[in-house]
Amino acid sequence: MSRNEIVDRRTGRPHTSMFVRMLLRAAVLRRGRAASALIAMVVAAAVTTAMLNLYADVEAKLRREFRSYGANIVVVGKDGASLPPDALNKADATLVGQGVAVPFSYVVARTSDGQSVVVAGTDFARVHKLDSWWSVSAWPESNSQNPLPALVGKRAAAVLGASGKPFQLSFQGHSVQMMAVGTLTTGAAEDSRIFISEQAFEAWTGVRASTIEIGASGSNGEVMATMKRLEQALPQAEVRPVRQIMEAEGRVLGKTRAALLAAAALIILTAALCVLATLMGWVFDRRRDFAIMKALGASEGLLNGFFAAEASVLGLVGAVLGFVIGIGLAAWIGRVNFNAAVVPRFSVLPTVVAGSIGVALLSAALPIGLLRRVQPAIILRGE
Amino acid sequence: MFVRLVYESFRRQKRRKALAGIAITLGVAVATAMIAVATDIGDKISRELRSYGANLLVTPQEDTLDVEIGGVNLKPPSDGAFLNEADLPKIRGTFWHHNIVGFTPMLPVSAELARSKATLLGTYFAKQLSFGKDDFATGVRTTNPWWKVNGSWPLDESGDVLVGERLASRLGIHPGAEINFSGQEHKVAGVLSTGGAEDDQIVAPLHVAQQVLGKPGAVRRIYVSALTKPEDALAKRDPKTMNPELFDRWYCSPYVQSIAYQLQEAIPHSHAEQIRQVAQNEGTVLSRIKGLMLLITFAALLASALAVSAAMATAIFERRAEVGLMKALGAGYSSVAAIFFAEAALLAIFGGAAGYAGGILLAHEIGHAIFNSQITIQPVLFPIILAIAVAVTFAGSAAAIRKAVLFDPVFALRGEA
Repeated sequence: MSRNEIVDRRTGRPHTSMFVRMLLRAAVLRRGRAASALIAMVVAAAVTTAMLNLYADVEAKLRREFRSYGANIVVVGKDGASLPPDALNKADATLVGQGVAVPFSYVVARTSDGQSVVVAGTDFARVHKLDSWWSVSAWPESNSQNPLPALVGKRAAAVLGASGKPFQLSFQGHSVQMMAVGTLTTGAAEDSRIFISEQAFEAWTGVRASTIEIGASGSNGEVMATMKRLEQALPQAEVRPVRQIMEAEGRVLGKTRAALLAAAALIILTAALCVLATLMGWVFDRRRDFAIMKALGASEGLLNGFFAAEASVLGLVGAVLGFVIGIGLAAWIGRVNFNAAVVPRFSVLPTVVAGSIGVALLSAALPIGLLRRVQPAIILRGE
Repeated sequence: MFVRLVYESFRRQKRRKALAGIAITLGVAVATAMIAVATDIGDKISRELRSYGANLLVTPQEDTLDVEIGGVNLKPPSDGAFLNEADLPKIRGTFWHHNIVGFTPMLPVSAELARSKATLLGTYFAKQLSFGKDDFATGVRTTNPWWKVNGSWPLDESGDVLVGERLASRLGIHPGAEINFSGQEHKVAGVLSTGGAEDDQIVAPLHVAQQVLGKPGAVRRIYVSALTKPEDALAKRDPKTMNPELFDRWYCSPYVQSIAYQLQEAIPHSHAEQIRQVAQNEGTVLSRIKGLMLLITFAALLASALAVSAAMATAIFERRAEVGLMKALGAGYSSVAAIFFAEAALLAIFGGAAGYAGGILLAHEIGHAIFNSQITIQPVLFPIILAIAVAVTFAGSAAAIRKAVLFDPVFALRGEA
């Protein structure tokens, strides 16, 4: 290749190639230092991404745990009346999968020796889902009509005597044979009650559900909106929040979120400071490059642009790699702690990228500001 | 000579040493604060979880069945057995009394209003009691924090009552009005809103309900709110089948079961049972939050270890010329490394101590801002934190020291690094 050809080829190249080449060469020739700066950037971005993801997702994860406390909305007939027959369907249609609705109907029946006992009709499959704390020896599953399979509260079972034998209950002159299939322990009012399936209950007593207990998922605002919709769908009923559950949930969640926020802020701050220290060292180390460029006649603007571009590239690459690792970290924490993956939130990517580039630019600007005041000759002499 | 080298290095390079020291201090402070918060958060959250209300219920041992629908008692009021109010302070004498946040006796009776009937619930609001030399206040204001009163809370010694909000709107009663039941006038101190069955009831000091029932000292049931340890395999075992050693261990752990057992011992003729809705879920929520904070503490430790090692690596890398000079004068690898490690150890100890102090302050601030209470830090943590600081500083310096020591002194002195 003749000298002219090379000159032709080089003049044909766009002017930016020297700029790009200097950026690339700086990274390749000083692999060690560039790599350590990049690693610091990646770790910081990863930790930040993981914390932001967790912070955004932890509320949803914890709310799911809180739903095991049971119903947060109760629908009752106005002034003790029964609910309309389609109330449960309407409640289901309003919830559209965002929760469980369980019907309850109650009467006071008499045992064969004249004792009063509360008998409740409900939907066992739904109760099982909503009230996970019910300790049940066996759920009634068969649809036998005589005797009726029943779930008997612990204290009611003690009053009824020997289990495994059918017992008789009467309500307004209608008698029915029941058989205790399982025993129920809750430590609350349910222990004194007998539960049978809703259909059998209605066939026996003619009484329809008077209460629907609903465990609605979502934030407080979403639960309030669900209540509004329920009120519109069921104008004949009264819709009440279970304040005990909702307020305690809000309180515990609020405190947890605040603790998490404090932790996230501390960790992100430490990571940012670490990046700042490492990058400052890196840029400061390159004062000779800086001096040579300046001695060769590079303008202030070009120098600033060069170091700014370098810092931005480092920030961008670090942020993207860190984002991927951070998503993995958050997913791992979600799996270990909540048995469910934390959904990756790509909305935090711009924040992480902007933050990383910002920190990188800041850590380049400080040493450059110091170096600019020094004569290149002094730096090159090694003083 | 060794001591002088290290001393002079600190004296002459104040700025650089200060930078590395600040990095160590910051890293240790964050780690200390996070460890303190993570170890204490279980206790804090478990107190917050008490806002779900009582987790234990004490009832008379030989009680008849409750016949109650929607909070309305259908059982004849004098039917069944009662507990004795005089036994209540004994709850403070149980083994785990420090864990008992509060307790509330309840006595539902029926009250004859002018044209209707309503349930009258006798209870403690914030009753002053004493057990031995121990004076304390307990009642619904502690155990049921979701109860809201429009007006004022009645005094436990007075005859004033609260009226549930739905009953109040039916009867047209406002705070400050008078209500007549069972032949007596009572002042309505406030209107109560609970979101539960109490909204249809009258809530009165316990002695008012006892008077209506005609049984002084009677209590139907006691709700106890206690801080408990999450259930494990030992907790679920039947104490009757345990050997004495195992039984002692079970008895001396604050499981909800063992506290129930102790309540039964303290109150004659009683039966104590966990309220599963509250007690069972507490453990799950608590362990999730604790686990989360633990994992985050690991992340914090990682970030601070990174910060410290990055600062150390940068500080050492800048001193290649010095290393070159020492080596040119005949210093061996080990003596150069020893100087750097001694410097690192000094930095780690001073930075670690300062960081620990800073971390304690930070933890206090977090405790105050979020939980309104002190975060206790075990003094045991101090040597552990210091050891971690030294280890991390050494680990962070090791690679940089190795590189500096192996570097050819000629290049280093010529400045061609």
